[in-house]
Amino acid sequence: MIQFILRRLLQVIPVFLGTTLLVYFMVFALPGDPIRALFGDRPPSEAVIAQLRQQYNLDEPFWVQYGLFLKNLFTFNLGVDFTGKPIADTLARVFPVTAMLAIEALIIQGVFGIAFGLVAGLRKGGIFDSTVLVLSLVVIAIPTFVLGFALQLLVGVQLGWAKPTVGSNVTWGSLILPAVVLGMVSFAYVLRLTRASVIENMNADYVRTATAKGLSRRKVVTTHVLRNSLIPVITYLGASLGGLMGGAIVTEAIFNVPGVGQKLYQAILRSEGPTVVAIVSVLVLVFVLANLLVDLLYAWLDPRIRYEN
Amino acid sequence: MTTSDVTILEAGTQADRPLLEIRDLAISFKTGSGEVQAVRNAHLTIMPGETVAIVGESGSGKSTTALAAIGLLPGNGRVAGGQILLDGEDISHASEKRMIELRGNIIGMVPQDPMSNLNPVWKIGDQVRETLKANGRPSGPDDVAKVLAQAGLPDAARRAKQYPHEFSGGMRQRALIAIGLSCQPRLLIADEPTSALDVTVQRQILDHLEKMTSELGTSVLLITHDLGLAAERADKVVVMYRGNVVEAGPSLELLQNPQHPYTQRLVASAPSLASRRIQVAKQLGVPTEEVLASAETVAVEPAMTEDVLQIQNLSKVFKLRSGFGKSTDFTAVDDVSFSVKRGTTTAIVGESGSGKSTVAQMVLNLLEPTSGKIIFDGVDTSALNSKEIFAFRRRVQPIFQDPYGSLDPMYNIYRTIEEPLRVHKIGDKVSREKKVRELLDQVSLPQSTMQRYPNELSGGQRQRVAIARALALDPEVIICDEAVSALDVLVQAQVLNLLAELQSRLGLTYLFITHDLAVVRQIADHVCVMEKGKLVETGSTDDVFDAPRQDYTKALLHAIPGARLMLPPEVA
Repeated sequence: MIQFILRRLLQVIPVFLGTTLLVYFMVFALPGDPIRALFGDRPPSEAVIAQLRQQYNLDEPFWVQYGLFLKNLFTFNLGVDFTGKPIADTLARVFPVTAMLAIEALIIQGVFGIAFGLVAGLRKGGIFDSTVLVLSLVVIAIPTFVLGFALQLLVGVQLGWAKPTVGSNVTWGSLILPAVVLGMVSFAYVLRLTRASVIENMNADYVRTATAKGLSRRKVVTTHVLRNSLIPVITYLGASLGGLMGGAIVTEAIFNVPGVGQKLYQAILRSEGPTVVAIVSVLVLVFVLANLLVDLLYAWLDPRIRYEN
Repeated sequence: MTTSDVTILEAGTQADRPLLEIRDLAISFKTGSGEVQAVRNAHLTIMPGETVAIVGESGSGKSTTALAAIGLLPGNGRVAGGQILLDGEDISHASEKRMIELRGNIIGMVPQDPMSNLNPVWKIGDQVRETLKANGRPSGPDDVAKVLAQAGLPDAARRAKQYPHEFSGGMRQRALIAIGLSCQPRLLIADEPTSALDVTVQRQILDHLEKMTSELGTSVLLITHDLGLAAERADKVVVMYRGNVVEAGPSLELLQNPQHPYTQRLVASAPSLASRRIQVAKQLGVPTEEVLASAETVAVEPAMTEDVLQIQNLSKVFKLRSGFGKSTDFTAVDDVSFSVKRGTTTAIVGESGSGKSTVAQMVLNLLEPTSGKIIFDGVDTSALNSKEIFAFRRRVQPIFQDPYGSLDPMYNIYRTIEEPLRVHKIGDKVSREKKVRELLDQVSLPQSTMQRYPNELSGGQRQRVAIARALALDPEVIICDEAVSALDVLVQAQVLNLLAELQSRLGLTYLFITHDLAVVRQIADHVCVMEKGKLVETGSTDDVFDAPRQDYTKALLHAIPGARLMLPPEVA
């Protein structure tokens, strides 16, 4: 088991190098000069531009720039962005915000998705089941930005139940509305997945055997149906975590959340290679670690899966 | 059987009220096209300590009746009429609360398929423990181990900590028996408890179950499709056919003097050691319609002595992955040699894992032998180039076990049978259609079948289609890999008759792979017995059955359900 974890962690290295190289290359290949773009309509003197170029190593060829980035990375020096702020500080500021948002969204889609899916599956064909099936389909069909603006207007502005935007003062409470929007589509998928899985397991032979043992229905559902039904759901939830971090770009823009998505968007607009790559690198790490966690959870839920060598 | 007789006597003195009495039971299922009656007017009585078997083919309502008795009908099923009296109490419409009290404690169940009836994510011990706990019995680790040990599970304390996938099929079935009997119920419902297991394992498990239930004085309701097994294990047999109880009575009486036409057919076609090689077709060959047959037999007879297939020192070694970069060798087939004479049937018998199917796959040239030769009609098949293999495939055709999985559901029957002709570019559209019609005639299927799809046909009909497809290219050798194992006994008898008839008419050679010795007795001229990859005994069917030389063969023969009952006294 420990060997498996170590091996998976070692796999992070090539994945990390590959993604950063790719992202660095894409930022490098963006059209336009980032330094000139900084100054807009009134370009500074050529000397200033040259000096800035040198400061950010922009006059070096691509491989040298990438090499310098890696060197800085391994010495824990992420450098400064075009406004002169250390990138490390920026990361430390934006990641907790997005992490909070993602965790809230994950809880909403996990807890509510599984609970609703379980009830719908156990009462297959009933009113609750039919209603959530139709509603989940509606949710899946509506794009996130439409849902975001709609909820912002309805809940935030007209009903006044929550602040329509988050702003700089981020609290768990203020993130609920964006988290609902962010987790909504995955919630619908988790619900449908759980429902299908529960229905399948309710018809499994071992569930009938469990009933024949004289167990109460509650016991049959909690010990025999739920755990078996969670296996595919957990896989989906893990994979969706990466999507939550990335998907935050739209949601954070709508609700003005000062998180990763917003920062990344700004950095891309300014062609700030180092900032983009730094953010993406952390996202890659999160994604890889989330998948490792899923694999471990998977083995815990299903003893037939054992990681040896 | 002596042990059962003793049980009856003891039971008779204990009580005279039946433990379970089913009266005029009707069960219906709600389907898309209205209510369907699955069981009508079923009646049976089980006295305390008695074993009663319900026998019938799939769809006869035997399992449905048993499930109703423990309140486990599927969601769309309901008891539409009649009574289920458990010790005088009608439980046919009992509340769920009452049923939960009864299940486990008073009525236990041993289900059919050991592979799917244990929850894969919980340890065996946990699954026993929850049963004990739910029924208010001590459920410590020692109690769990004791229950498992009683069901014949060796090293029970350690085994309890393992998961179902670490158990063999037989071990799982023991665990399920342990669960079913853990709370010492008064009635045990055993639904085909051993039909998924090898015949020797089956015998051990049934022996053990019989011993346990007679010690505990448990009544058993045994559900089975196997009349021999029912007669051997039960005091009384109830025969169900299409939802009706058609006959009931003491086992031996019913077997020796069946009254209902269905029971008579069932007894007549029950494969047993007493039955002999099917001669029907061979006698049929001569008269009236078969004017052609005489010409054909002349052509076939002299060839009878020729070996069409010779297997020489055949071995197959699989590399099993055992950790990183390492592999261990697993010898599936170990130095097997035998030959098959033209126009005869050779059966390869063995239990799962004996390597019999691996041999079949190598003979079909689907798997490459590690060493050894397969000589077909004088030519080593391993030396064939791709074009010659194509031609070889035309002459050697397979029929597989599962008539559901081996037919393409998207092809209609005409396309299924015509496909090999098309692939081998034989004839034009008109002549191919004529050939398909001929083939359907040969396998006794109506021509109207051509436009139908596999899911519209029964298992027996599908297997006939598979046979027609195999015959399409006029092959010389047909490899039947468990070709009748999935069929109900009456259908099985029909298909075996058909195969025998086709053999005598077309001079076919069969290589029959099966685990079922009773089938071997009916169809084979020669037998090869395989155990763990080795050929342990070969000989003519009569020799092997009447005077088996190897212990393994003896054990196999001895384990056939009903063997002891039906064996003529002079052989026993």
